[in-house]
Amino acid sequence: MPPLAQRNLFHDKVRLAVTLTGIVFAVVLIVVELGLFVGFTVTTSGLIDHSGADLWITSKNVPYVEQGVAFSDRKLNQVRAVPGVADAQKLVAHWTQWKRHDGGEDSVQIVGFNVDDAMEQPWNLVEGRVEDLKSPDAIILDELYKKKLGVTRVGEVFEIRGHRARVVGFTRGIRSFTTSPYVFTTFKNAQSYTGLREDQTFFILVKLAPGANLGQVRRELLDRVKDVEVFTTAEFSHMTRFYWMFTTGAGVAVLIAAVLGLVVGFVVVAQTIYATTMDHVREFGTLKAMGAPNSYVYKVIMKQAAISAVIGYVLGMIVSVFVVRASQEGGAAILMPMPMAVGMFFLTLAMCVGAALVSINKVTRIDPAMVFKG
Amino acid sequence: MQPAIAVRQLTKTYAEGTLGTLALRGVDLDVHTGELLMLMGPSGSGKTTLLSIMGCILTASSGSVRIAGKEITQLTEKQLPAIRLEHIGFVFQGFNLFPTLTAGENVELMLDLKGVAARSARKRTAELLDQVGLGGKRDSFPSDLSGGQKQRVAIARALAGDPGIILADEPTAALDSHTGKNVMEMMSELAHKRDRAVVIVTHDSRVLSFADRIVKIEDGAIPGTDSSPLEPVPAGILAHTFLQPTVNLA
Repeated sequence: MPPLAQRNLFHDKVRLAVTLTGIVFAVVLIVVELGLFVGFTVTTSGLIDHSGADLWITSKNVPYVEQGVAFSDRKLNQVRAVPGVADAQKLVAHWTQWKRHDGGEDSVQIVGFNVDDAMEQPWNLVEGRVEDLKSPDAIILDELYKKKLGVTRVGEVFEIRGHRARVVGFTRGIRSFTTSPYVFTTFKNAQSYTGLREDQTFFILVKLAPGANLGQVRRELLDRVKDVEVFTTAEFSHMTRFYWMFTTGAGVAVLIAAVLGLVVGFVVVAQTIYATTMDHVREFGTLKAMGAPNSYVYKVIMKQAAISAVIGYVLGMIVSVFVVRASQEGGAAILMPMPMAVGMFFLTLAMCVGAALVSINKVTRIDPAMVFKG
Repeated sequence: MQPAIAVRQLTKTYAEGTLGTLALRGVDLDVHTGELLMLMGPSGSGKTTLLSIMGCILTASSGSVRIAGKEITQLTEKQLPAIRLEHIGFVFQGFNLFPTLTAGENVELMLDLKGVAARSARKRTAELLDQVGLGGKRDSFPSDLSGGQKQRVAIARALAGDPGIILADEPTAALDSHTGKNVMEMMSELAHKRDRAVVIVTHDSRVLSFADRIVKIEDGAIPGTDSSPLEPVPAGILAHTFLQPTVNLA
């Protein structure tokens, strides 16, 4: 087959640029909107998803991780006594006040954990070590929030709820959806920073023994430990996401924006591909007059759309990667996990082919007699 | 011998709102193999409509049209492209070349439609372009060709499908007289040396001398006729008065 589709695309460089700009715009728009949505959901439950725990024990009626209610830490021993529990640790996750050097205050979320245990350790450390938290009043926070909290380097000392706090390390990319930065410290420090009584905790994290049955251990915990709720990590993660997504309405806005991004992206691509096809409508009429069956014409149009999709996707992803990287320095996380990047390829292809189908509908109705109209 | 095209009592009505416009009214016409027939008439007389129906591009409202003996008025729109592809080659006033394809690729496209393999298509294309005197223009784009060269590429493309019938709509209208004569010589060659039935719709009185037969159409009818010739012109007699060299299409 002579390269009609390729030539139709590449012959007119201005038209090609317009077509590709449309597709690239759509790809970037969708990546940004979906990436914001993914970033939103990942951020809201990041603390839970990175905990390394199998089960979360909370007091009754805790709707999400930021809303923990203190309960007696004597339950920790009851939990450890349940068959199938390999490890159980107390956890603090609670808001408190951070005082900057200039006297201003900011809200932060203290995450207090057992430094000698693998559960709920800070991840993506770029400066310092988790073990450094064993030194007095030590804290680790994310470098994203240095400016917000007035931190410039390791070793600086601040005040958290009137208690001394010394920065010993930084993480990278641990965002807080609530804009109150996470501050990692030991459980004991966290009690001071949040005003939690010494015999209390907000959560107990459970790690199961190898081979233990999750459902069975959970039932045992509910039987033996009173006035608590037991969630799998996935459940608690989902509850937290759901809360921020739908109960607050904040997520709905992001979700709507993502859907709108898809719709607008599709419309832009549809309009672009349609215009490209219509530019050659007379040639398609000639093809039909020459005796080409509709399937032959469709093949040309589809090929044009597929080539546009591949090039538009590649260019769009290059731009998107820059946007995603730039967002890592900003307040809103735009994430593009690999499945999303791969999915975008098929989405772009589907959008272009779908748009081509719209124009095919028009081409099908071309009157071949148009070729006689000078 | 059966005519290449046989039209009987052909009518065509274009719908316009609740009313209809009668474009053809009971036309009878035969076109024979080896004949160059010119269809003349004022604008709106129905000559392009008749050409379109004979070319299986438009469907008739009533009557009969036989192409190479096959009745086409009963065929569906999906069946007509196959008839066009097998029996008919078109030459258009505006050339209708694909501007993004080279001269060679324009011809190859027709061969591709016919299912000719790529290697054979390239070889056949070279032969066809040689026959129309454009052997050296194979890789030129239409925008780099003169009007006459474009029309010759269009003729090569029409011939690529090896059709028995060539239908041409004002093939010389966009050409100067010198180039027009050249194109008409090719058309004449097609009819007389390659036994094609050639039908040309034209307003151009300069080319009438090439016609074996001229049929006038007025108000959708061929006045006072059945399918017999209106103004028979002996084949080739007037054509010989032109001084341009004959292009070998054999």
